[in-house]
Amino acid sequence: MKNIKALSVTASIMGLLAAPAVAGPDSDSLVINGELEMVTETAAPEHLDGAVGDTIYSGWRFRTDETQALQLDDFDNPAMLTVDKAIDYFNTVDGSEGKSCASCHEGPEEFAGLTASLPRVEDGKLVVLEDIINGHRAEVMGAEPWKWSGQDMQGMVALIGLQSRGMPVDVKIDGDAAPFWEQGKEMYYTRYGQLELSCANCHEQNYGNMIRADHLSQGQTNGFPVYRLKQAQLISKHNRFRGCIRDTRAETFAEGSDEFRALELYVASRGNGLSIETPAVRQ
Amino acid sequence: MADGVKPRVKVPSKAAAGEAIVIKTLISHQMESGQRKDSDGNVIPRSIINRFTADFNGQNVVDVTLEPAISTNPYFEFEATVPESGEFTFTWYDDDGSVYTETKSVETS
Amino acid sequence: MKLTRRETIFAGFGAAVATVLPLPALASVDDAVAAFTGGADVGSDGITLNTPEIAENGNTVPIEVSAPGAVSIMILAAGNPNPDVATFNFGPLAASQSASTRIRLAGTQDVIAVAKMADGSFVRTANEVKVTIGGCGG
Repeated sequence: MKNIKALSVTASIMGLLAAPAVAGPDSDSLVINGELEMVTETAAPEHLDGAVGDTIYSGWRFRTDETQALQLDDFDNPAMLTVDKAIDYFNTVDGSEGKSCASCHEGPEEFAGLTASLPRVEDGKLVVLEDIINGHRAEVMGAEPWKWSGQDMQGMVALIGLQSRGMPVDVKIDGDAAPFWEQGKEMYYTRYGQLELSCANCHEQNYGNMIRADHLSQGQTNGFPVYRLKQAQLISKHNRFRGCIRDTRAETFAEGSDEFRALELYVASRGNGLSIETPAVRQ
Repeated sequence: MADGVKPRVKVPSKAAAGEAIVIKTLISHQMESGQRKDSDGNVIPRSIINRFTADFNGQNVVDVTLEPAISTNPYFEFEATVPESGEFTFTWYDDDGSVYTETKSVETS
Repeated sequence: MKLTRRETIFAGFGAAVATVLPLPALASVDDAVAAFTGGADVGSDGITLNTPEIAENGNTVPIEVSAPGAVSIMILAAGNPNPDVATFNFGPLAASQSASTRIRLAGTQDVIAVAKMADGSFVRTANEVKVTIGGCGG
């Protein structure tokens, strides 16, 4: 990996990266509902070997005060509308077996901690939350699978993620997860598209700088799914990955592809230690 | 009725008589502006919440006219005086004729 | 009817360009203000409009307006295809003549607030909001 990083083009990537108008993360602290303190910066995980410096930061720290404010209070957070619908859905019978989520599960609270540990390997396969939800829909409920980035699916992903809010991201990268993690790492440092940009070019080498009008973050996923002001709805991790790769003018991988599962694991591991913020609000 | 419209309202349940209280409201709604086109190039017709009212025991607090420039999931924050115990009624009027209401009781001391 | 020089220029300009270009909303801002005020003089004291200096996304821009003693406040966005945004009418139980909402801005432009006061007078204020375009899509 070292030799790839050595090809850094820090000065300018085709003129896209302007001199920083705002450098680095701000110094605000995130306390949700006036009581839940979030870890938005912490020591970088060892496996990063200093690649981002000593510290990892939540994407929240790179947003304007106005965007940050939307995440301070659950009432102001528009993502909660979709979470509310997911709570209704949790108790609604769907599919051929006449079951709802609530037929088997006490309540969403049962899933505290789950999101913090995903993706993980089950029976030799790398599994993310969308897989678990659609798996239960198919096998237990006899219901149609939800579309990966649909608001039904992402509302449920957000509701379950909310149960882990405030807990540190803690994905396993060794043992049976190792080969998937290595695959994701390889992707992270691979230059894609006509612009020949890797994830690392923007989110490791240039976080804090401006890319055109966007203030680059470290690309952490601890707040996903996020309510994105641009689309005014919940955006999945895989949708975000696809958007980034498309912006390099590349053919992208599909949402729900094995490639994106592996990348999801690797990117999550770069945020080990940050608080789960799900559902966060971003621009 | 537009699909899945869901109001959320935040009102303190207790207040001192005559006190000003902060009210926040949010409703899930696409607020289709009438400016967008679908993938075939046809204009997607306007479909918005066009009016929002807040009343307390039949007396008006605020009556808002909304245009397509109000964001998806319309949000309002304002202050109301609560003269006595009673009930807030919040009403949203949809272009398609649907009316969504939500009520919240407040007890004064 | 007596046309001012400005109105005459706009009328001619509008006729020449209307079929070719989407017109900026300037003329209709004047129309909307005139419809609201009935052509009365408009002052500038006693109304506050809070807007971000830079909006990270024009799709959801938080704004806050306050005009103590107002009966109603109209919000306009001068650079939108249609400048109308919202009108707040305050009832007897409004504890303050202020409100916050979230609005759509098509680009960098002025957001305008005009308040009708209880005595029938009008006040107006405006803020420019820079809307960043060309960030990373999703």
